[in-house]
Amino acid sequence: MNKISDDISKDLKDQPKFSSDLGEKDQDHHTFDIGEQSTLKKIQHFLHGNPTIVPVIILVLSVIGFGFLAGGKFFSAFNLSLIVQQVTIVGILAAAQTLIILTAGIDLSVAAMMVLASVFMGKLSVEMGIPTLPAIAVGMVSGVATGAFNGLLVTRLKLPPFIVTLGTWNIFFALVIFFTGSQSIRSSDIEIQAPLLHFWGERINLGGFVFTYGAFLMIGIFIFLWFLLNKTAWGRHVYAIGDDKEAAELSGIRTDRMLVSIYAVAGLVVAIGAWVSIGRVGSVSPTSFYEGNLDSITAVVIGGTSLFGGRGTIIGSLFGALIVGVFSSGLSIAGLDVLWQRFALGCLIIIAVGIDQWIRKVSN
Amino acid sequence: MEPILVAKNLSKKYGKVVALESANLELYPGEVLGVIGDNGAGKSTLIKVLCGAVTPDSGEILLDGKIVTFTSPIEARTLGIETVYQNLALSPALSITDNMFLGREIRQKGFMGKFLKFLDKKAMEDEARKRLSELGLLTIQNINQLVETLSGGQRQGVAVARATSFGTKVVIMDEPTAALGVKESRRVLELIGEVRARGIPIILISHNMPHVFEVADRIHVHRLGTRLCVIDPKKYEMSDAVAFMTGAKEPPRS
Repeated sequence: MNKISDDISKDLKDQPKFSSDLGEKDQDHHTFDIGEQSTLKKIQHFLHGNPTIVPVIILVLSVIGFGFLAGGKFFSAFNLSLIVQQVTIVGILAAAQTLIILTAGIDLSVAAMMVLASVFMGKLSVEMGIPTLPAIAVGMVSGVATGAFNGLLVTRLKLPPFIVTLGTWNIFFALVIFFTGSQSIRSSDIEIQAPLLHFWGERINLGGFVFTYGAFLMIGIFIFLWFLLNKTAWGRHVYAIGDDKEAAELSGIRTDRMLVSIYAVAGLVVAIGAWVSIGRVGSVSPTSFYEGNLDSITAVVIGGTSLFGGRGTIIGSLFGALIVGVFSSGLSIAGLDVLWQRFALGCLIIIAVGIDQWIRKVSN
Repeated sequence: MEPILVAKNLSKKYGKVVALESANLELYPGEVLGVIGDNGAGKSTLIKVLCGAVTPDSGEILLDGKIVTFTSPIEARTLGIETVYQNLALSPALSITDNMFLGREIRQKGFMGKFLKFLDKKAMEDEARKRLSELGLLTIQNINQLVETLSGGQRQGVAVARATSFGTKVVIMDEPTAALGVKESRRVLELIGEVRARGIPIILISHNMPHVFEVADRIHVHRLGTRLCVIDPKKYEMSDAVAFMTGAKEPPRS
């Protein structure tokens, strides 16, 4: 027994003693001397501090690139504004998706939630004769409820968001078929019974640029969410949860409650998207936007938000959605087959995630 | 002098394993109490009970002479018992300011703050800068720097600054130097001195004997789920402490 303690005490004596002169030298430790770095390192650091730059650069390059490739037709005011119109719905879904992905989650059910909300709006106002505004309100409630439902499953049952939303995607889609009987609500009926549902589809012409009201609403949603994420405690908590959930919990954030509220806010944004989508498509079709879930994830990822949570900007997702729009439009004007649009999009996703991984290495 | 924090007869069993058996602990104002013990001595359970992460089977905790109960670290924190965890519980992707005020943000005054819930970033930055400079960490230049760009010792500094910022009565530090190099450990030990100088008592749990002997005013030796003895680091050698800890030597009678 004594031998052990002797051994240990010998070990202790061998430990380096701290001399006071270390304190002096230690001072330089607190200055942030970045020192000499390779250009590549500098770029890495810069991108790490400014995550929105990558999607902006890709957007500018792709606009210029397709300008050369597809000629003046691409650059026409009409076409450029058409791209904005076309990305409106995916953009709004991407805004909601960004909130979820920032928490290190993923929501495969956003498009199904949106179609379900639009079915409520259309069914109630067109087929059941309820005034349009209350019908829209029911649609909004449906969005918040379905979003919160996802959030509750994620927090109460402690299931991964991927599995929860894979399940609810199917459930919401089945509900859509149940309520509609697979029948679309026709555009002409909506126009007569509830023209307010088409409001966001109306267009204004600004010197050749044609915008729908919905496009402005989409931009408004992004600005609103930007303020929410950057200027409020709620927003900082979204990032904190995605970054390190346990640390957030120990800091006094009620993470479960926060997560449910994040999913509910995403649901509300999706429901606003439902209203806009009726204006954009004209009719309410149970099978529309079937790929909207994946399109929204694509936009968020290309927009520089990390799938591992805690990193990214909401504005990046707007650029991400625009990049997808520019690619589809440019490639089709250039006369390339749809298959090449998908091919290019696939490459873009992999490159975007690759760049994200590379930038993230900076913290190690 | 009355102790600020007292643990009386704390017991905790996990199944058949006894982690704590009527353990006692007293922390006096303005002191650094080192807590040492062999692996499995129940040291970490004792600390988890004090910081609210574990609820004891029996026994009581008194803070400022009043019996307190808490069921989570957050409740313990609202009472004034702050813990600096070994993993620091910081969010690396957020700034120093964001981290220091995480969960306790300052809102703007008037309409902007009350209804739009806007944060008062300026007030938070000023306060964060003040706290860091009080602890001699002003050399952290940019208060909006992301925590992930800081060194291990600097992160520790941010965590300590956060722990001592909100009307704190007691700070518990769990292995603050375990992950750090020699120089950085040095800085953290100085930091512990700064916190004590500001009148906040500290419970320091560490495996590192030289560190404990350097900064602690008294050393609580934990063995077999209970307090074996409290020793004065000036009167005993490190080898004595290790001998008490491992049971190789009989503890002094007190």
